[in-house]
Amino acid sequence: MTRWPMLLALLAVALVAPTVVYPVLLMTVLSFIVFACSFNLLLGYAGLLCFGHAMFFGGAAYVTGWFLKTTGASIEIGILVGGLSAAALGLLVGLVAVKRSGIQFAMITFAISQFVYFVLLQAPFTGGEDGLQRIPRTALLGVVDVSKSGSLYYVVLGFTVLAVLFFYRVVHSPFGEILKAIRDNEARVESLGFRPERFKLIAFVISAGMAGVAGGLKAVAFQIATLTDVSWTVSGEVILMTLLGGLGTLAGPMVGAVIIIGLNDFLSQFGEWSLISQGVIMLVVIIFLRRGVVGEIDAFLRRKKVAPAR
Amino acid sequence: MLSNLTPQLFFGQMLIGLINGSFYAMLSMGLAIIFGLMNVVNFAHGVQYMLGAFVAWLLLNMLGINYWGALVIAPIVVACLGLVMERLVLKPLQNLDHLYSLLATYSVALIVEGIVRQQYGSTGLPYQLPISGGINLGFMFMPWYRLWVVVFSLVTCLGTWLLIEHTKLGAYLRAANENPAIVESFGINVPRMVTLTYAFGVGLAALSGVLAAPIYQVSPSMGSSIMIVIFAVVVIGGMGSIIGAVATGYLLGLAEALTKVFYPQGANMVIFVVMILALVLRPRGIFTSSEAAR
Repeated sequence: MTRWPMLLALLAVALVAPTVVYPVLLMTVLSFIVFACSFNLLLGYAGLLCFGHAMFFGGAAYVTGWFLKTTGASIEIGILVGGLSAAALGLLVGLVAVKRSGIQFAMITFAISQFVYFVLLQAPFTGGEDGLQRIPRTALLGVVDVSKSGSLYYVVLGFTVLAVLFFYRVVHSPFGEILKAIRDNEARVESLGFRPERFKLIAFVISAGMAGVAGGLKAVAFQIATLTDVSWTVSGEVILMTLLGGLGTLAGPMVGAVIIIGLNDFLSQFGEWSLISQGVIMLVVIIFLRRGVVGEIDAFLRRKKVAPAR
Repeated sequence: MLSNLTPQLFFGQMLIGLINGSFYAMLSMGLAIIFGLMNVVNFAHGVQYMLGAFVAWLLLNMLGINYWGALVIAPIVVACLGLVMERLVLKPLQNLDHLYSLLATYSVALIVEGIVRQQYGSTGLPYQLPISGGINLGFMFMPWYRLWVVVFSLVTCLGTWLLIEHTKLGAYLRAANENPAIVESFGINVPRMVTLTYAFGVGLAALSGVLAAPIYQVSPSMGSSIMIVIFAVVVIGGMGSIIGAVATGYLLGLAEALTKVFYPQGANMVIFVVMILALVLRPRGIFTSSEAAR
């Protein structure tokens, strides 16, 4: 495949990036890449718009933080526990939500995520408005010291690469094909003897779990878990990243995450402008660029390839 | 805790519940009307409500136009903005998946709230009570303004319901909801009706905003915080059912107040708990007939 050299080049860039860019910012980008990929699995491949994906991301950040703080377990265990807890929450939410589709699914997930927000606001272990602070960066596998951002970055990068490979496998598996078929024509899939609801539920749990891994990564990167990560603005942000990059493409959510996190970082000094610009970008993408950046480039390249043959 | 439960406390909370319920009812009714005709989930409903309050505040502080003037002018101003928004944003998306229009109204909400916050800061601006004083009912004190809000919103909800269920215009609306092509073939301008319906729903939101201004402070986030509840209300009441939206709105306002009396920590969660219960027990919505859902 022609894409492999590009991916390797990208990986090479990612390996040297911390020498140029502040590692915590890079880790934010990486965790949002995982988060956006997990969201894309739902909307891009299963056609389900979850408008409360932040509950898995932010919720897992709390669980990872709390787990590392109280047990002192090694860092990768903490991140995985975060992911598992989010998958469990995803199972509960999914059981209620996947019976509905389209707009109803979006509204239900939105409302449930607000419920989770209020629960976390009052739960005893979250630190309320202050958030859960001083999350320890425990040793990798119990031996390798990753307390410095420069070395933790490579742990986060490793998780991200594994996560992206995992999404690639899921999307190109028979399971992924059935998901796409459900998105395109649910009734037909059902008539072929599959149970769409069950597939959607599995996709939802996988997506929630991976969003949880992303939240765990963010928790160890920032060493703090806050209510912001559970709020609906973050749920909206991940939608924006995925749409902007390109729905249903593997690279789309990554491109979207890089652009939006970069933009947020740049605009954070201008007060409200980061939210306003997010709104403007989303509106422009929805009205003019529904295929997203990667989707449009893909379409452009394909047209170029086809043109001489005519 | 129950030992210090006085009638004053209890009825005071229930009044607050009734007031909140009035706003839930009016806002979810507007949302239901818009959804019924256009299949658009108007995520901007919250900021349109907030804009109503803000325009009222601006009218008072810039032009000296009082509350009663604002009650007429602000909804019209905001409805005109809604008109423009329908033409520029929603119209290009009407034949696509409805998720796009939901996300488009969400982006408009982000933009509007951001701009207001940028201009006026995120703290609330006070708006003076237009009617002061009240009446002592013996078991509680009833401020006139709150009574006015409860009555006004009941009348508005009832009036809107009558308009849609019992007038010719309403019949057109309901018919266009069922089958726009046939209604159009009778010579009715359906696109214009859609635009005006959207503007009407937006105007209702702004009207609620003006009503709310003296009770809650006028703040940029007032819209998004109420929107969170409204979404749950609409999920419980069933999308597109006007009477369901109104009834659920009032009931949940009261349920919230009851929880505040007996279990204050749970007050901001009770609506979501009800929603989850409703979803588990009646997966198609409480007020929807079984074939209308989905």
